[in-house]
Amino acid sequence: MREIALHLLDIVENSVTAGARRVDLSVREDTVRDRLTIVVQDDGKGMEPELVARVTDPFVTSRTTRKVGLGIPLLKAAAEACQGHLHIASTPGQGTRLEAEFQRSHIDRMPLGDLAGTLLTLLVAFPQVRWVFDYSVDERRFLFDSDPIVRELGDVPVTEPSILAFLKGMLHEGIDRVQRGID
Amino acid sequence: MPQIKSLEELKRLKAEAAEKRQARTTAGRAQIVVGMGTCGIAAGARETMKAILDVIEQENLSGVVVSQTGCIGLCEWEPIVEVSTGGGPKVTYGKVTPEKARRIMKEHVIDSRVVQEYQIPG
Repeated sequence: MREIALHLLDIVENSVTAGARRVDLSVREDTVRDRLTIVVQDDGKGMEPELVARVTDPFVTSRTTRKVGLGIPLLKAAAEACQGHLHIASTPGQGTRLEAEFQRSHIDRMPLGDLAGTLLTLLVAFPQVRWVFDYSVDERRFLFDSDPIVRELGDVPVTEPSILAFLKGMLHEGIDRVQRGID
Repeated sequence: MPQIKSLEELKRLKAEAAEKRQARTTAGRAQIVVGMGTCGIAAGARETMKAILDVIEQENLSGVVVSQTGCIGLCEWEPIVEVSTGGGPKVTYGKVTPEKARRIMKEHVIDSRVVQEYQIPG
């Protein structure tokens, strides 16, 4: 994976598979502390402590079609290569919180990448999930919640052409504002 | 905050989209499934998905159903895209780059002609 946004797309599938109805994605860039932190918090079925302990091992997966689950180990390796870490906290029946942190200025830190593309893909692929996205660079912040949009749309899917254009515009504008410091 | 003014705009767009959808019959509807497991994403599935959504937007294709699937065990063929149109059989395409996706959208989804050279053999 060449982008943090792609890792994000990959690991949230675990939340969806765990039956999450709401997933909170947070991406925080702190230029003073020089950290980049991503947090995925879901209300899925959670994991037992043994599974949490083993889940960063590439040879652990709850899936049966293939024996190797690579999403979390890949992200963990990327974070640790950048003076960072990956932590998972999970409570069975309540959900899981995954945090990955990087040294923001680290030479090996992959680019954030196309966050808007990742979010749009999630909205199309998993419309049943409420996606709450919180992106900040220092004090500038963009908040996106799919819930009011999906409720407004009713039975009109997000893949209608005009709705796609609308969502793309909204996500790109919000993310650009945070990155470029326009208020 | 862009979100506040935009919900009004969304309301209007939704009403227009709902009207347009009613005018269509379900028979012509295309279903598109994109493989989005770790293997698919690592192979470029998000860019493939974006290309599909771009064609829907540019060609103003109403009523196309787009969904995702996890790893189906054909990781070496990712990104994988399955297309079916109006009751036709499901066609599975492999190694679908954004360019291939645009061609599949134009030939298969719009003109109902299967792009045989991109199909996964077998």
